[in-house]
Amino acid sequence: MSEFWYAQPAYENRRLEQIDSKPIPNFVQNFKLGEKDFINAGKASAQIKLDLKQLGVNPIYLRRVAIASYEAEINITAHSKGGRITSKYFPDRVHIVFDDDGPGMGDIEKSISPGYSTADELVREMGFGAGMGLPNIIKNCDILHIISEEGVKTFLEVIIYFG
Amino acid sequence: MKLNEIVELLEADLLFEDVDKEKEITCAFGSDLISDILMCTKESTLLLTGLTNPQIIRLSDMIDLFGIVFVRGKVPPQEIIDMAKERNLPLISTKFTLYRSSGILFNSGLRSCKI
Repeated sequence: MSEFWYAQPAYENRRLEQIDSKPIPNFVQNFKLGEKDFINAGKASAQIKLDLKQLGVNPIYLRRVAIASYEAEINITAHSKGGRITSKYFPDRVHIVFDDDGPGMGDIEKSISPGYSTADELVREMGFGAGMGLPNIIKNCDILHIISEEGVKTFLEVIIYFG
Repeated sequence: MKLNEIVELLEADLLFEDVDKEKEITCAFGSDLISDILMCTKESTLLLTGLTNPQIIRLSDMIDLFGIVFVRGKVPPQEIIDMAKERNLPLISTKFTLYRSSGILFNSGLRSCKI
């Protein structure tokens, strides 16, 4: 099992407070994702963006949330046997959890390096597999946490603050 | 640059008519890689691409697109056109390549989007 943490410097000290203490969100949305379901992939992230828009979140943050969430949603669709998204809404942030049914990543550090991809031909034909998914998530989130067990599953969570 | 000028310059077809042809388009970006499109478009953008799968329309739910130009003579299936109609997202198809289309639009004054 391997684990990876990333936090923008300004948010480094909030990691424990926001993740480990399991704060209770204002409301939660759950989504299911199917293996290689490229017809429906992206719907969950579009819904999350819409929810936040309706809550009055500034478009700058909507864009960051949509990109980070969409990249993670595509990763589950393209690489896993299916999975789930849980989106937790707080007044000052959104916390989105992605977990899948495997097969997991052997080496997270390698997977986050720009240009690294294990995408198959089908996925590449769709315009994915450039190896920029995880780097794009890092670029658009404030806190990222990944736990992956090779042959078993991947758990990924992001937090994005609204200002 | 207006949408109808783009259609004319690229000798292209609008894939459905019910759009604002006078819509002002300020910049463009061209790519066949979805992550690059997400990473490089920080403002409303006209997208030039050879991708015709549903995810190219889904992208417009994540980022602001003025419309999509399908290059190299690509025409997406009807369900993709319907998805774009629902979103009021203009679709254009040109037989020109990505390189040639970009060159024509750039030379006519359509700038590259901020990346």
